[in-house]
Amino acid sequence: MQKRKLKAWLYLLPALLFLGVFLVYPLIDVVVYSVEEGFTSVSQTYDGVGLGNYNTVLRDPDFLQALKNTVLLVAITVPLSTLLALFISLGLSSIKKLRNLFQTVYFLPYVTNTLAVGLVFMLLFDKTETTDGLINLFIRIFGGGAVDFIDGPYWAKMFVMCFYTVWVVLPFKVLILTSALASVDETYYKAARMDGTRKGRIFLRITLPMISPMIFYLVITGFIGAFKAYSDAVALFGTNLNAAGMNTLVGYVYDKLYSEGGGSPALASAAALILFAIVLTITCINLMISKKKVHY
Amino acid sequence: MQKNSSLPSGVKTDYDRILRNAALRRRAAKAGVYTMLVIWGLIVLFPFYWMVLSSLKTQAAYDNEQTPVFFITNPAFENYVKVFSSSDIHLGRYILNTLIFTLGTTALMMAVIIPAAFAFARLEFKGKNLVFGLLLSLMMIPTELVVITNFQTITAWNMRDSFPGLILPSVTSVFYIYLLKENFAQIPDELYKAARVDGTSDFKYLMTVMIPISRPTIVTITILKVIECWNSFVWPRLITKEPDYFLISQGIQQIRESGLGRENIPGMMAAVVIVSLPLIVLFLIFRNQVMEGVSRGGTKG
Amino acid sequence: MKIRLENLTKKFPNRDKKQGDFVIAVNNFDFEIPDGKLVGLLGPSGCGKSTTLNLISGLEEPTEGKIFFGEDDVTQIPPESRGVGLVFQNYALYPHLTVQQNIMFPLQNLRGAEKLSKDEMKRRALEAAKLVQIDTLMERKPAELSGGQQQRVAIARALVKMPKVLLLDEPLSNLDARLRLQTREEIRRIQKATKITTIFVTHDQDEAMSISDLIVVMKDGVVHQIGKPQEVYDHPTNLFVATFLGTPSINVFNARVQEEQLYIGKEAVLKTPGIADSNVIAAIRPEGFLLDREGPFTLQLDRVEVMGRDTSVVCGHEASMSDVIRAIVRTDSVVDEDKDTVRFTLIPSKVHLFDPATEEDLPFTL
Repeated sequence: MQKRKLKAWLYLLPALLFLGVFLVYPLIDVVVYSVEEGFTSVSQTYDGVGLGNYNTVLRDPDFLQALKNTVLLVAITVPLSTLLALFISLGLSSIKKLRNLFQTVYFLPYVTNTLAVGLVFMLLFDKTETTDGLINLFIRIFGGGAVDFIDGPYWAKMFVMCFYTVWVVLPFKVLILTSALASVDETYYKAARMDGTRKGRIFLRITLPMISPMIFYLVITGFIGAFKAYSDAVALFGTNLNAAGMNTLVGYVYDKLYSEGGGSPALASAAALILFAIVLTITCINLMISKKKVHY
Repeated sequence: MQKNSSLPSGVKTDYDRILRNAALRRRAAKAGVYTMLVIWGLIVLFPFYWMVLSSLKTQAAYDNEQTPVFFITNPAFENYVKVFSSSDIHLGRYILNTLIFTLGTTALMMAVIIPAAFAFARLEFKGKNLVFGLLLSLMMIPTELVVITNFQTITAWNMRDSFPGLILPSVTSVFYIYLLKENFAQIPDELYKAARVDGTSDFKYLMTVMIPISRPTIVTITILKVIECWNSFVWPRLITKEPDYFLISQGIQQIRESGLGRENIPGMMAAVVIVSLPLIVLFLIFRNQVMEGVSRGGTKG
Repeated sequence: MKIRLENLTKKFPNRDKKQGDFVIAVNNFDFEIPDGKLVGLLGPSGCGKSTTLNLISGLEEPTEGKIFFGEDDVTQIPPESRGVGLVFQNYALYPHLTVQQNIMFPLQNLRGAEKLSKDEMKRRALEAAKLVQIDTLMERKPAELSGGQQQRVAIARALVKMPKVLLLDEPLSNLDARLRLQTREEIRRIQKATKITTIFVTHDQDEAMSISDLIVVMKDGVVHQIGKPQEVYDHPTNLFVATFLGTPSINVFNARVQEEQLYIGKEAVLKTPGIADSNVIAAIRPEGFLLDREGPFTLQLDRVEVMGRDTSVVCGHEASMSDVIRAIVRTDSVVDEDKDTVRFTLIPSKVHLFDPATEEDLPFTL
């Protein structure tokens, strides 16, 4: 029996080793780094222990810009993409013909390389010396003036960023909501029909409550995902996000960790923990609301 | 359907009108739904169309376009040749690197998580529940938190700009252990007991019974991991400075910021097409597995 | 409200085109259900019972034919305007709403002149709940109720609109055996109390026989017989009805009639005046056998099963079309189990003869 127990641990050993070295240890280490003031990759020593790193980060204009960008991105894209996904899924569930084709097409952004397709978006929105780009062509048809979406005003850049983010996250949401809608027992709809329930009421009183757990799941994962936005920004605006004023919180962490003049893991750790605290708080609030609102 | 002839004619036409209106409304609603779906379909597909279209324009033609051209009749394939022969861009190298990275990471992950899932699902040992509980709580940890230390660790191990440095920290996946364990646990206990009575070793049982039965889940996990690896950007970007070890995401970024992306947009688009194609083909082949797997627990990134 | 079906037919497109373009689920139904009765649609699964119910409710449109409620043709009327209440097999209670909200749901759909005040809705819901005796559970969610209670809520929800017709789809199939007995009495009681014309679908003959005023026996989209339960049991119009009704089921034999005598094997077992000489199928109810040492009908004795209330004599016979022959006899009768054979006299009213080609009943009188 003793031998069997040992064997069980043997099966677990590789996983535990990997998890220990690359997940558990770093988790403790990141907290340690974050309180070591003045630690950099070059110096490898620290001046003292305290909350100075957090202080530095929170006063850094780059961090504040990244925070603003990220919060704006989250606040716009999460509700927008969830609503849009809901409409599309409702549409998908109401048709039979071509449904598979639509589903396949809608899923495509999920399997594409964010960086690669981001370049296409950049191309579509970009305004260069030779051409105004495709989107500006449309804007002009409708009587507007050309806007540089990639190097231009902040709102234009934010718009592209949000547009691309929605484009990227929608496949997952549509997939989840379509299967949630499909799993609602059809007899509920029959019963509602027998009672002469109007379409709007069926949606509000039956469909929505039944799929509400999935909607909350999407909102929660949506928040977490959007707070971690980074590669989409790189794809659109290049690696020097601070210069473009379009950095995100995750981008800030990486920039601090690996900047040209030698990185500062201490500042990066502090920033990462602040990000984690924000995400954790929002997730907890979300969970609390969903406990109250979700019906089972 | 025959109409009731005993009804007075006025009633009959009223009734007809109501039915006709209802049918019209239904048809209008249906048309509205299809219009919405087609519009979103076009929004999804257009970037792909534009990427292929641009890649088939010659550099000169593209640069001379004051207003974008939507159709071309004479596709040029020179860009595809150019991206592979360019002196400062090594697209072939990047693809090969990504292939090695993807296969290495996926294979190593499987070798790690299958025994772990088996131990959690079938073997009895002290502290199993505690370890599993701790494992689940690790699912909440965002990669951003641990990347910092991993970067330091890999630097300390002198593994920057190397495949082990790329692969090792990407292997762990708590979620897949969980998914596979749940799947293993669904296999009836009796099979395991029967195998024990027959004197089958645990390892043989795992290989000959559990893995074949759980094949759909294993395929799903493999596909999801391959997608993740193929698109991974953050870690490779941190850990490699040497273009010889660039993966495609980074290669693309390099193309964008180097001469090629600035001068030759069609060439850059050709590279984008080449990079995007494998996953799209993989998806179209394994459509159902991918979609089912993702709905069971994938989120992007 | 009486219900009349006129040449009602429903065809569904066939998935497997090799077997024809259509499946006929309901084939040319033509019958009337009188006002205020409890009617059971009875038949094996896939016989078109549920389709019939859906046609009456309006959830499905007939391919041909008409449906009348009273004198009104409702064939084209949408389900919500027909004044029917439908109880689904799985109840279809909304899991996120309380019992009260579930029962009130149909009332909240009313608009315009029919619109009710909140208090009126609550009053009506409570009334319906009292009728099915769940008025103490109004604040619970469906998941907190037993199967039988859920069933009652579903009935209350169907009744709250005061329908002219109540339809129940397999109302007892999701309940365990004990609850089933109790609930079917309950359905009977509610129907008697409300006097609403009620149609229920079932594949369980006990259920249909025990509570229906009228049963409709169906198979493969065809109505085989309509009548009071006892009538249908006593006078089945064809072999299917005879074999489908009754537990233990009827015993079927290859037989022939010669000179107005029924022969099973070599023995003349019964006088059958009025039947011409021919081969027939003879079906004998288990209770149609009387133990009689001098009886004309000899069977191979297999075993005797004591059931408590009565005794079941299990036999065999070369002409039998059933696997075993079961005769139900009184417990005080003595069967000599050491013997190989046992002899019976037959009760004529428990013997039915059918034409082997058409399987139609061949009536005879003594």
